Amino acid sequence: MKSQMTQVQLEKKATEIRQDIIRMLEHAGSGHSAGPLGLADIFTALYFNVLKYDAKKPNWHDRDLLLLSNGHCVPVQYATMAHAGYFERKELMTLRKFGSRLQGHPERVKLPGIETTSGPLGSGLSQAAGMAYTMQYIDHTPHRWVYVVMGDGELNEGNIWEAAMFAGKNKLQNLIGIVDRNNIQIDGNTEQVMPLESLRAKWEAFGWHVQEVDGHNIESIIDACSMARAIVEKPSLIIAHTIPGKGVDFMEYDYHWHGAPPNSTQAKEALKKLRTLGGKIRSEHE
Amino acid sequence: MNKLHLIEDIGSSDIASEPIRKGFGRGLLQAGKENEQVVALCADLTESTQMSLFKEAFPDRFVEIGVAEQNLVTVASGMAAMGKIPFTSSYAAFSPGRNWEQIRTTACLNDRPVKVVGSHAGISVGPDGATHQMLEDIALMRVLPNMVVIAPGDSVEAQKATLALAANNKPSYLRLAREATPIFTTARTPFEIGRAYVLREGSDLTIAATGTMTYQALVAAKILAGDGIDVEVVHCPTIKPLDVATLVASVTKTGKIITAEEAQINGGFGSAVAEALMEHHPVPMRRIGMRDRFGESGEPNELLKHFGLTGTHIALSAHSFLDELA
Repeated sequence: MKSQMTQVQLEKKATEIRQDIIRMLEHAGSGHSAGPLGLADIFTALYFNVLKYDAKKPNWHDRDLLLLSNGHCVPVQYATMAHAGYFERKELMTLRKFGSRLQGHPERVKLPGIETTSGPLGSGLSQAAGMAYTMQYIDHTPHRWVYVVMGDGELNEGNIWEAAMFAGKNKLQNLIGIVDRNNIQIDGNTEQVMPLESLRAKWEAFGWHVQEVDGHNIESIIDACSMARAIVEKPSLIIAHTIPGKGVDFMEYDYHWHGAPPNSTQAKEALKKLRTLGGKIRSEHE
Repeated sequence: MNKLHLIEDIGSSDIASEPIRKGFGRGLLQAGKENEQVVALCADLTESTQMSLFKEAFPDRFVEIGVAEQNLVTVASGMAAMGKIPFTSSYAAFSPGRNWEQIRTTACLNDRPVKVVGSHAGISVGPDGATHQMLEDIALMRVLPNMVVIAPGDSVEAQKATLALAANNKPSYLRLAREATPIFTTARTPFEIGRAYVLREGSDLTIAATGTMTYQALVAAKILAGDGIDVEVVHCPTIKPLDVATLVASVTKTGKIITAEEAQINGGFGSAVAEALMEHHPVPMRRIGMRDRFGESGEPNELLKHFGLTGTHIALSAHSFLDELA
C-alpha cells in the first residue's frame, strides 16, 4: 500500500533495490543489468508511492495494475516486490534457477503479483489497453489505473503502435505508459539502431498526453504519475529519461551491459559504488 | 446413425448447406446472451466473420480493433485479465497467421482464455487465392501448450462449439470456412470439446476427418459402400485435445485409416492422428489434405477437385490404399 516515506527514504530504498539487483544477477550468472538499474527509481516510486495494492493479497480486486512490457528488466520488479512485502528477500537469490518462481522473464502463473507474462517485446501496451478499455467502457471503474512500463528499444515493435492508435482512438484515460528512455538497445544506441525521435511528437500525434521527466528523480516521477491520473479524455505517456546502469559508474551509458550480469569482482565493485549512491543522486537534483 | 441424430439423407443433392461461420455468429450471439462476460473483438472483418450479430446486439461489448491482428489478440488478453471471455475474429490467414507469438505468450503461456476465431480457412476460400487460403493454422495452433483446437464440421456444430468455448476457460482456436458446407448434424447431435464421434460404423476401413472434410468422408463412405467396402467414419471436430481412445478403438476394429482435412497434412490433423496412433496403435495410414504446397485462385469446387478434397477423391484414394494393402 501507499507509504508515507520521505524523499530521502525513497532514495535509500532505491539504492537497496539496486544492491539486490546486483546480488541477484551475480548469483544468477546471467540476465540484464543496465535496464533494471536504470529503472530502480521508477519502480521505487511506483511501489512505494504511486500504486494502490496489497502485497499480501496480490489479487485484491481494486488494485492498480502494473505491467512490465520489457520483461527482461524484471529483476528490478522482483527486487522491488520483495521490498514491498510480496515475498521474502532471500527468494531473490533464486532468480533464473530451476524451480524458481522468479523466471528469467516474468510469468504470471508462477508468481502472484505479476500481472502478465512478458519477454517478447511489444505486447504489454496492448494488454494494458485491453485492461483500461474494460475499466472505462465495460466495468466502469474510474478509480483504477493501469501502468505499463516499456523499454525505448521496444518501441521498434509494430505492436506498440497498433496499441498506441487503439488507446488514442478510445481515449483510454486510465492508461498510463512509462517509457524507459535510456537510449540503448542490444545492438547499440537507439538512434543508430532505429531512430525513435521525435518521440514526444510521435505519441502526441497518436492522441496521447505526453510528459518528460528525469527518471532518477523520484519526486518528479511521482508528480508525473499524479498529473497523468488527472488527465482525462486521453491516455498518458511519461517519457522517463534514464541512464542505463545508473548507480554503477562502469555500467552507466554502456550498451554492452544491456544483457550481461556482473561477475563477482564487478559485483563487489558495484556494491561498493552503491553504498554512497543515495547522497550522490540527491545532490544531482538539488 | 440415429444415435447421433444426424440428418437422414447424407449424400443427397438437395442437402441444406450453410457457411460454417454463420453458426459461429449465432453461437456468439447466444453466448453473449447467456454470459455478460463474453466480449467480441474484430480486425475490420465484422460482417464476413459473422461477428456482426453480436455487435448489433451488444454494441458496448464489441471492440473494433482495425486491421491490427497483433493488437487484436493482445487487447483480448488484457480483457481476459479483467475477467472477460474475449472472442477475437479475423481471417485465419491473419489471425493466427500473423500473431502467433502474441497468442503463444499472452494467451497460452499466460493462460488467459482468449478465443482466436479464424474464418476463411482452407482452400475453399476460392478466388482470393493462396494468400488468403489458410492451410497452416491447424499446425500453428495445435503445437501450443494450453491451446484447444476445434474445426466444426458444419454450421450447426459451429454454433455448439462456440458456446462450449465460451465456457471452457482456456485459450482456444476455432477454425471456420467461408463457403457453404452441407449440414449433416442437427440441433440434437451431441458436441463436447475433446470428443470424436463415430458417424458411421464400419469394419473395413476408418476414415477420420475434421472440419469441412467430414461431410466429404460421409460421401466417400456411401460411394465405397456401393463397392462393398464397409467404412467407419470418425468425425474429429476437436483436433486438440485429440480423442485418441475413439480413434484407437476404431482402428483396432478396421486395421487401417485414412485422414482427411482441408489443410496442410504436414503438422495438421493427419499428423496429429499419425502421432497418436504411432504411439498407441500403429496401423497402415494415408493422409488426405494439402500436400506441402499452396493453393491458387479458382472456384471452390474446382479447387477442391483439383487438390483431391472431395468425397469422390477420398473414395478413389481408399481404393488405391486398399489395393496396396491387399
